[in-house]
Amino acid sequence: MCPGSDYLKLYEYMAKETFARYGIPVPAGSVVESAEEAEQVAGSLGGPVALKSQVLSGGRGKAGGIQFAPDPAAARKAAAELLGSTIQGLVVDRLLVEEQLFIEHELYLGLIIDPSTRGPLIIASRKGGVDIEEVPGRDIVRERVDVRWGLFPYQVRSITSRMGISGRMARQFGGIAMSLYRLFRGEDAVLTEINPLAATTNGLVAADGRLTMDDDSAYRHPEVPDTHQRTEIEEKIAGLGLSYVPLDGRVAIMANGAGATMATMDILEHFGSRAMNFLDVGGGASGEKMTEALKTLAGTDPDVILINVFGGITRCDEVAESTREVYQSGALRGIPLVVRLVGTNEEEGREILREAGISAHHELLGAAREAAALGGGTATGGDGDGDTSQ
Amino acid sequence: MAILVNEKTKAMIQGITGRQGAFHATRMAGYGTRLVAGTSPGRAGAEVDGIPVYDTVEDCVTKHGANVSALMVPAPFVHDAAFEAIAAGIEILVIITEHVPVHDAMDIMAYAEDRDTRVIGPNTFGVIAPGQCKVGIMPERVYRRGPVGLVSRSGTLSYEIAAALGESEIGISTAVGIGGDMVVGEGFVDLLRAFEHDAETECVVLVGEIGGTAEEEAAEFIKTMTKPVVAYIAGKSAPPGRRMGHAGAIVERGRGTYEAKRAALDEGGARVADFPWDVPDLVASCLKD
Repeated sequence: MCPGSDYLKLYEYMAKETFARYGIPVPAGSVVESAEEAEQVAGSLGGPVALKSQVLSGGRGKAGGIQFAPDPAAARKAAAELLGSTIQGLVVDRLLVEEQLFIEHELYLGLIIDPSTRGPLIIASRKGGVDIEEVPGRDIVRERVDVRWGLFPYQVRSITSRMGISGRMARQFGGIAMSLYRLFRGEDAVLTEINPLAATTNGLVAADGRLTMDDDSAYRHPEVPDTHQRTEIEEKIAGLGLSYVPLDGRVAIMANGAGATMATMDILEHFGSRAMNFLDVGGGASGEKMTEALKTLAGTDPDVILINVFGGITRCDEVAESTREVYQSGALRGIPLVVRLVGTNEEEGREILREAGISAHHELLGAAREAAALGGGTATGGDGDGDTSQ
Repeated sequence: MAILVNEKTKAMIQGITGRQGAFHATRMAGYGTRLVAGTSPGRAGAEVDGIPVYDTVEDCVTKHGANVSALMVPAPFVHDAAFEAIAAGIEILVIITEHVPVHDAMDIMAYAEDRDTRVIGPNTFGVIAPGQCKVGIMPERVYRRGPVGLVSRSGTLSYEIAAALGESEIGISTAVGIGGDMVVGEGFVDLLRAFEHDAETECVVLVGEIGGTAEEEAAEFIKTMTKPVVAYIAGKSAPPGRRMGHAGAIVERGRGTYEAKRAALDEGGARVADFPWDVPDLVASCLKD
């Protein structure tokens, strides 16, 4: 699992398995990979079922990824339609087949990490079933939890009171909130959401759920599968432990530091070009990793490769060695290389490049302008003020 | 003076015999930092470049008066090491380590708050008061001493801006990295407040990036400041929904956008630079005013 990539989002069925482990009621059901299995599961559930496509994207319902079936034969037919279809470019290869719920009312319950208070925040609403972003502020209840003490029952009573729910529903909601907080802490979640938390004749049930884990805690949860969906190139660079995001431009970038890499992208765009990727080799990545990363970038067939390094922990001589090696290996196949190299061991780095016949810029402005021009840009700046103060 | 650290600071390193710890011990001491001790459990009695090594932070505090600790142990051990430092009475804890589990970070911040310990990081380059004290991993030669406070989420980008200021003969009072993680200790507002009260600082440069609301909160605070603030925000061209290296650097559901941050900072009275290389001119004009 790669720490530098996006957070680890679990599939609905995995989230629900985890909910169940913490005592949160979920609908009866199983995950299936074929229409035959769907029919069997529907048969054993013995009633109308919901078939839910397991993809990691929002808007699944609107895209037709959820179907209902009154009996096993209909479930088989619906499953055959859903399996192999695509939702927002993602192929559906698994379905969650569940008892169909008859929902009287939909609530919302979520837990996030709030950076401004440096702690967990409960978000609840009596108006669930839609994106919480679309719920008016007056219908949303927030409650901070202190990690030192955890969630108290009095806080839960305050939440349900502010939500305007009472009686059995409030008591059950409170129990679920306590369980969800234990799950959030115990599983190292960065986000978990029950939406809708459905009120049925049998009480509250987590009808749908999201669970997003902290990649940096993955070592504590070896049982959690790696659900990252990566292209071959992403897989390769993630394997090097580097942070990589593919983008839609023509200039491949290798830079050090997340902020500096973003700034490099921004400057390219200013010069009318666009980055083909975000690749951060900061944090003292070894020369071998940089060499591999550069070769991989060359394989994406960019118009030009821009290396922008301001060395701190990252050493310019190591960057230069990697650059020379890739340059001399023929892996670039004529793809032009623009290098900007300053910082730790800069002179040694420049010397290495000079010997290989590669010239390096000192200023980011000049390097970005040259790379942008080779990558379809205007070289004068999108709004004509690109060369201020240099 | 400067904020957080100065020539009187007695620094220590947790994890001083590790690859990073040993390398940076030499560089910090070479810069003139009073690096009094370090820890490496089981290695008490050893030395790194003449700096004594102990098993516990408590020893470094009682025997040498260490008051600032740079934490450079691997991520799985940060939780324990940070609690040890806070319990031992370290005043400022600088967590250099990246990839610290975010739930560990929340625990650390809560305990630090109880004990009035100020935490910088995790995932930070540290803090440097040029010419006085360096507690971190930044390339020290890009910093010259002067009247500008520098606070940044990003390491390399802040080196870039410190170097550009230096080339314009503008120096820095203190440069601090708040860290690239979702949960960090001292935030922009805490450090802007410290710079506002620091006699050596005349102007502050804030280097932010997309994602989260830290820049917007800073913008609110800037309205109350008497000292001018110059800001630069990275990530204008980043597509929504993709996390750009740092935990917080993601535009989701229209929040944390470049445009929102820029508008908030403009409204707060900061001067916002379009490019890193525009920062020195804006700072120079602030210093003249």
